[in-house]
Order: sequence, then structure tokens, then C-alpha cells
Amino acid sequence: MERIPVLRMGSLLLITIQVDMHDKLAMQLQDDVTERISEWGSTGVLIDISSLEIVDSFIGRMLANIAGMSRVLGAETVVVGMQPAVAITLVELDMSLTGVRTALSVEAGMELLYGNAIIGTEDERTEA
Amino acid sequence: MNDLAEIISQNEDRLRTEWIRTMSSAVERADLISKAEVDEQCASILRSIADGAKTSGPENLAGAGWNGARDLLTTISSSRARQGFSPTDVAMFVLSLKQPLFVLIREKMAKSPDVLFEMVWSATRLLDSLALTTTESFTSTREELIMRQQQELLELSTPVVKLWDGILALPIIGTLDSARTQVVMESLLQAVVATNSRYAIIDITGVPTVDTLVAQHLLKTITAARLMGAECIISGVRPQIAQTIVHLGINLEDVITKAKLSDAFALALQRSGRAVVKTAAHAAANPLSGLFGKREE
Repeated sequence: MERIPVLRMGSLLLITIQVDMHDKLAMQLQDDVTERISEWGSTGVLIDISSLEIVDSFIGRMLANIAGMSRVLGAETVVVGMQPAVAITLVELDMSLTGVRTALSVEAGMELLYGNAIIGTEDERTEA
Repeated sequence: MNDLAEIISQNEDRLRTEWIRTMSSAVERADLISKAEVDEQCASILRSIADGAKTSGPENLAGAGWNGARDLLTTISSSRARQGFSPTDVAMFVLSLKQPLFVLIREKMAKSPDVLFEMVWSATRLLDSLALTTTESFTSTREELIMRQQQELLELSTPVVKLWDGILALPIIGTLDSARTQVVMESLLQAVVATNSRYAIIDITGVPTVDTLVAQHLLKTITAARLMGAECIISGVRPQIAQTIVHLGINLEDVITKAKLSDAFALALQRSGRAVVKTAAHAAANPLSGLFGKREE
């Protein structure tokens, strides 16, 4: 069966969505993500949707769901690489994905997830 | 029926002089067009009307014989629309031919009232329909002009400028309506992707009023930018507008707002881990600047 791969990058999970999503695939992905987070103790989830050009309320809800589930399990979700057209569509659908963090690229997303710690130490260093 | 054509072509000079006299008593636009030009235009229109009456007859206005007259009038009225004539001026241009033409017909056909009536009637219909053609092409030229200007305004008023590596600014001039919001949103998001910018400053100094609808459009743009991973800062909020926003109960609490573009830029620099500092050389050359700097602290 078709499956969206969930890659492990240190303490992060990387998911790249490149195919059209449908119910089964989304349910499978939710299962996989929650399993992996608890198995590997991941602290962050990166969902790359840069190759997604069409979006509907279903995908919007799926993204929000994964973010919610991950947060319950102690991992923060960052959605990266959203296309302008997709962003406009989601806004028009009134799905602003509150509670989901976003970044321009995978790189920026990793910086966001790892960066908190680094910036924290830097601040402490300057204060000291 | 070809008598009309004959009357016109035989008395062309007299008709033209009378026509121009009637026209200038109704509308005097010597500032927009020269006498010689009007003279020439009138002459060619009279010729093409005579032509049309001869080939297709004054009754059959859709006929091919009238194409010349119609094209000529369309060209003339289009150019007048661009020159800034009013619709009345352009309609009167054709309609003022009526009086001299009727006078002429009455003189020629005084002996047979039936033919006279018939001829006046067909001339009236002819001139009315030519006047309509003129007005129509005048209006459509004006509409084209307005459309083009609107398009230009739309493009002119939504420039996205790069202030720094990763920081964009979008100065909005004029009222934000739905159509403009769409353009603003698209150009901003595209620029965010193209320049890989984390921060976008939307400057609303040039927006005359902010009501709930404008605020809603702004929030939409900001949400879309946030979905892509860019953070928006609104700047250029004038005191008046700050009061309006609070009185209207618009919720801008999730959005960072600043009074000036410079404040927003400073914040964006700070957030991206940058700082603007005075160079050492400048401080050394200008000992007072250091002094003032200290005093400020």
C-alpha cells in the first residue's frame, strides 16, 4: 500500500508530502507519526508541503490534527514550504491553522525547532 | 432618394460653413482643437455622408456604403475622448449639422411639401443614428481609458520592496478593497517565496481609512503570510487610525503593530538577530556624537 515516509533526523521527524492525500493515507500518516514520536521520543515534527499545489479543507484539517496529536505527545510541529496559492486557499477556507508553527523552508523549520535552545544559551551568555 | 446625396455634395462648402457656425455657437472648444482641423474633419464627414447616401441610400444605415462615415466618426470621437471633450460636445458635433441641412432641404424642395417632409425625416434619422454611433464610441474610448488607468493604479500601488536580507516592505497606498487585497496578498506571498524572507512589513501610512473590512483584509494577508512561515508587522498606524481601530473593536492583538516604518524595521532587524551600530570611525571624527550618545543613555 502507498505510504508517506516518516524520516528520522536526530530528535526530529521529517515528513514530505508529495502525493495527493486521501482518507486512508492521512489516517496511516497519523498512525505512523504518533507511533514514531512515542517510539523515538522525537521533540519536533517537520511537515514539508512545498510540492503540494492543491489543498482542500481535508488536508488543512489533517495538518491541524497531526499538530494537535504531536503536541499531546510532547513534540512541536512546523509546517514548511507552503506555496502562496495554498496559503491563500487555506485563508479563504477560514483555516488559519492556529497552533501550528510555520517556516519558509525545511532549513528554516529546523532552525526554528533547534534554534530555541541555541538562542536561549546565547541570551544567557550575554546576560552573564 | 439619392437627392439627399446630391444636395449635400452640390452644396458642400455652404453646408460646412453653416455647420461650423452652428457648432461653434453651441460649443466653443478652441482650446482643445484648432479651427483648421475642425474644418477638415467636417469636410471629410460631409463627403462620406454624401458617399453613403449615394451608395447605400439614407434609409439603409447598416449598409456597406455607410462604413466609411461610421469609421470616420468613430476615429474622430475616439480622439476627442482622449483630448478631453465632454459627451455633449461630441454629440453636438454631429447634431449641429441638422439645422443647416434642413434649411438647405427646405430651399431646394419648397415646391413639393411631401418630398420635403420625407427628406427631412430621413435626414433626421440619419443624423440621429450617426450621433449615436459617435457617442457610443466616445463612451467606449473613455471606458477603455478608465480601465487602463485602474489597472495601472492597481499595479503601481502594490510594490514589494526588499529592505534587507530576509526583510520585505509593502507600502500600501489607497483604500484596500477586495480586489486590491487579492493583488496585494499575491504579490506579497510571491515575493516572500522569491526572496526567502522571514519578515514582511506592511506599511499602511497611505491608507486613508481603516474600517472593519480593511482590517479583515489585512488580517487575511497576515494569516496567509504566517501560513507560509513569514511574520508580518503592520506599520504606519496614524493616531487617528489607532483610535478608529479601538472604537470599532477590531482585534489586532495577534498582530504586531508599530507607529512608524522605522520602528517596524528595527524590530525585524532585532528579531533576525541583527543590530544597527554607529561605526567607530564616525564616532572618532565626531567627538560630540559620542557625548550625546552617552547623555541619551
